[in-house]
Amino acid sequence: MSRIASVFRQTGHKGLIPYVTVGYPSIEDSLQVVPALAESGSDIVELGIPFSDPLADGATIQKASFNALKNGITPKLCLEVAQKLSRNIDIPLVFMSYFNPILNFGLDAFCSGCAESGVDGLIIPDLPPDEGSELENIAKKRNIDLIYLLAPTSSDERIKLVAERARGFIYLVSVTGVTGARASLPQELNPFIARVRKVARQPLCVGFGISTPEQAQQVAATADGVIVGSKIIQLLENDGITAVADFVKQLRQALDSGKQ
Amino acid sequence: MPETLVTALDELTTAYETVKQDAAFWAEFDSLSRDYSGRPTPLYLAERLTNHCGGARIYLKREDLAHTGAHKINNALGQGLLARRMGKRRIIAETGAGQHGVAATAVCALLGLECIVYMGEEDIRRQSLNVFRMKLMGAEVRPVSAGSRTLKDAINEAMRDWVTNVRNSYYLLGSVVGPHPYPSMVRDFQSVIGKETREQILAKYKRLPDYIVACVGGGSNAIGIFYPFLNDKDVNLIGVEAAGGGLKTGFHAASLVSGSVGVLHGARSYVLQDDGGQIMETHSISAGLDYPGVGPEHSYLKDIHRATYVAVTDKEALDAFQLLCRTEGIPPAMEPAHAISYACQLARTLDKKQSIIVNLSGRGDKDMDIVIEALGLKS
Repeated sequence: MSRIASVFRQTGHKGLIPYVTVGYPSIEDSLQVVPALAESGSDIVELGIPFSDPLADGATIQKASFNALKNGITPKLCLEVAQKLSRNIDIPLVFMSYFNPILNFGLDAFCSGCAESGVDGLIIPDLPPDEGSELENIAKKRNIDLIYLLAPTSSDERIKLVAERARGFIYLVSVTGVTGARASLPQELNPFIARVRKVARQPLCVGFGISTPEQAQQVAATADGVIVGSKIIQLLENDGITAVADFVKQLRQALDSGKQ
Repeated sequence: MPETLVTALDELTTAYETVKQDAAFWAEFDSLSRDYSGRPTPLYLAERLTNHCGGARIYLKREDLAHTGAHKINNALGQGLLARRMGKRRIIAETGAGQHGVAATAVCALLGLECIVYMGEEDIRRQSLNVFRMKLMGAEVRPVSAGSRTLKDAINEAMRDWVTNVRNSYYLLGSVVGPHPYPSMVRDFQSVIGKETREQILAKYKRLPDYIVACVGGGSNAIGIFYPFLNDKDVNLIGVEAAGGGLKTGFHAASLVSGSVGVLHGARSYVLQDDGGQIMETHSISAGLDYPGVGPEHSYLKDIHRATYVAVTDKEALDAFQLLCRTEGIPPAMEPAHAISYACQLARTLDKKQSIIVNLSGRGDKDMDIVIEALGLKS
């Protein structure tokens, strides 16, 4: 069982996965906030590698990505940051990256870099399984989980395809839309989770738009974990690391108190 | 491509494969191409330009005379008809120079569809006439302030809209870029240019041309004229990219000439990227060529050596713009001015018996402000 899969081993424990863009607002901030996220009850941390054309992202993460690039962040620097972090924290780290920076780095070189830096998984929002075989095979050899995504628009055939191929967990995109904090969860979310649950044995984590402890609790009633990105970035920008840690503690509490 | 769009792209592929076999669809496309767009466009021997350049005869395929002023209407019409068949009444489009936006808007007005056009702020500034035209025909033009604020960013934003409204919206992409089936579908709608050209040159002169020259941004007008000639091995195909301030300056948009293989907007092709795999900002005097990627079929034609790709600077294109104005009384769009520039240089190296066809993909009215500014003239 991979380090990521084992997060969900304990019955009833709901996975909490916050996201931060590496190098935003600064590399120093990334090095400080991730251990704080781990201490506040996160199960996995998603590290975003910034990209010039983040077409699955809304305004908040676009801005974080743009500024991280202005700070000179490269995939190589992201690997170095991950290495420093993984020495000091116990929970798994996964990279979120668009495909081109990884292709440019070299799929082999990137995956071996991940293995050496203690990165356990990859989320590539613009790489569906139809195009993913090459990276999937390389990642597998290094024991890195390639985590595929499913969306409310995914057909039953596609759900089956992802269920056959995804490792670690399956990332369910809560809405037809881009990332970003939203006031309410879509009506179609529960039927969507149920549709995937019928076919997939992997843990199901829901992301895109989750921004309050109440929403997290609501989602975790049917899903195995929640991914929170834009809200964390906004707090980091405006209120700093302590505020982020407090927010993550609230999420943890909400998820734990939701346990039946 | 994001998973959210995969099912929509599969649906689009199926819908297109179905209409491709449907004679009634093509009858409507042909009929509107004739009566609405004004096809076929003429193939014109530019004698004074030929005499000025010296050497091979230069013919112009007059896409500038098509309705809305450029070849873009061919694809907009085809996809507009397809969207209507699919029952999608909300159309999303992106535009660089504004020519695709204008064509998409016109077709939406024609077919009674809602139209939203994403356009980079920088392009809105330099192509204000086209923005006004789109608004007059009922489109909502949404400015894009992200990144380089040009075509690439407009495509990102259009795709974000599509991801969000995928169930009721049709994305009318304007070039042979993006995910499958767009590159081949847009090529099919644009290949009417090459089919007509082939018939026209054979009817008039009983032989095929020695060269075909077309400008390449995303590459739709070029693939449209190249495609029906791909099996004619003696016809040399030349795509002309934007060298901007010069290839050595880094301020250009020449993806095929100086890019490397990458993935952008769901296609694997030549792209302009930095050492870290970030897509670079591009620079060209012509908004329509200002794109850091290129259609994957052009990358294939380059790799198998069936087509050759070169680049022409802003200054050379400006000179060619003025040259065509003075020798033929035809102001070209700044995009095909790049093709005119290269064709004139090429003609000089060839024999008088040889011939070059240039795809004059659009007219220059939209570029008057840019030309006035670049030449330091006062209107």
